Amino acid sequence: MTRKLLVLSLLLSAFMLTFSSKTYAEGSEEDKTSFIMHHVKDSHEWHFATFGHSHVTLPLPVIVYSGDRGLEFFSSSDFQNHETHAFGEEFAHEGYFIDEHDHMGRVDGASFIDLSITKNVVMMFIVMIVMASLALSAANHYKKNGAVAPKGAAALIEPIVIFVRDEIAKNAIGPKYKKFVPYLITLFLFIWFGNLLGLLPGAANMTGNIAVTMVLAVLTFIITNVNGNKDYWKHVFATPGVPIPMLLIIVPVEIIGLFTKPFALMVRLFVAITAGHIVILGFIALAFIFESYSIGIASTLMVTFINIIELLVATIQAYVFTLFSAMYIGGAVAEHAHDDHH
Amino acid sequence: MDLITPGSGLIFWQLFGFLGLLFILIKFAWKPMLAALDERETSIENALKAAETARNEMANLKAENEKLLAEARLERDTILKKAHDASAKMIEEAKAEAVKTGAQMIENAKAVIETEKKAALADVKTQVATLTLEVTEKLLRKNLSDDNAQKELVDEFVKDLKLN
Repeated sequence: MTRKLLVLSLLLSAFMLTFSSKTYAEGSEEDKTSFIMHHVKDSHEWHFATFGHSHVTLPLPVIVYSGDRGLEFFSSSDFQNHETHAFGEEFAHEGYFIDEHDHMGRVDGASFIDLSITKNVVMMFIVMIVMASLALSAANHYKKNGAVAPKGAAALIEPIVIFVRDEIAKNAIGPKYKKFVPYLITLFLFIWFGNLLGLLPGAANMTGNIAVTMVLAVLTFIITNVNGNKDYWKHVFATPGVPIPMLLIIVPVEIIGLFTKPFALMVRLFVAITAGHIVILGFIALAFIFESYSIGIASTLMVTFINIIELLVATIQAYVFTLFSAMYIGGAVAEHAHDDHH
Repeated sequence: MDLITPGSGLIFWQLFGFLGLLFILIKFAWKPMLAALDERETSIENALKAAETARNEMANLKAENEKLLAEARLERDTILKKAHDASAKMIEEAKAEAVKTGAQMIENAKAVIETEKKAALADVKTQVATLTLEVTEKLLRKNLSDDNAQKELVDEFVKDLKLN
């Protein structure tokens, strides 16, 4: 198995080098690595591959809302050079443009909201569809057969559901865990599938995008604080067992702590996944920088190795995000039996 | 788009997409699944409990059977012993009774023999007396006529006596 994998990666690397060297070898040092950041960031179009001068891309819908002009729909191909597929202010269309850094702008400088279906949004929908179809078909199994042993999709989803329920929710939240299990399962599966599908060649770095991790962290933050009980708030605003003068220091720290928790969630997932993608692409870029077949072969081996590690990271990060969410929720709903000493 | 500035569009779609997904999955996937899992776990637990109870009952039953058997055995032994004792006692009693009865019978027989003997002796005495009287009377009658005749007569009588 391992040998087959190695042979396959060798062939792939040779294949990729013949194509890619033409494109990038002619450019400057920066051009040779620019694709890394281009992949890691979000984009208004989905760029799959470049063969010589022809680009294989999927144009995506651009949706803009502004106070004066309302909701408008365009295609990302309206804003680019049809030959080079480059965005730029000079390719403005109906008063809007997308600059070289993939930022939307308005020619007259008025304010607007960019609600485009970007690459990551499409990726997110793909993840959601995969997830929903698996979960619904798993649920269907129980609806059809009653409470029997799992089969098919249920055999894949059920262990995850049980894992999240027993190992994460029950352990980290305590007796009131039942209410939060559905959210935690959804969170775990979304991050896990996002991480795994993001590793596919040509896929988008969706869970390594700060907007995505921010929304997930904010949801955890809202659920934590909405469910916070008397003990939780007492702990924040009148920490038991602390002398009153000390409260002046402790209370601000506790309040900041409320926000640092979801912030840490947001940054941890974003950094872990983005860093993984950058490392993989960095190894691929080595081949272009050194313009050498042997480096290409070595770096492809390394890419294979890092990819295997990334599979692990994908699971660990999904687990960690879910576990920490559960722990924050657990801290907010826990009943403290030891009120007087703390 | 920058690496660490969240894009407005992505936030929007992520928020509503995720909430929609959450709603759909909670309603149609997780609730039925978790309910089915709970149901299955409860049924398995119940089955295990029932098996445990059945095993305990079996063990109890077996213990009870053994106890009953032991009791029955004990009882049998007691009964046998009692019967044995009773028969031994009966034999003993019968023997004693027999000995006693035998002794009694011998006693009675002796008494009867004694009585009979006494009666027989008395009878013999009376007879002897009567005979003596008769002999004497006849002697006396013949005595007057002849001495020889008298002697003959006595002899005759004595002969008669002997013959008797």
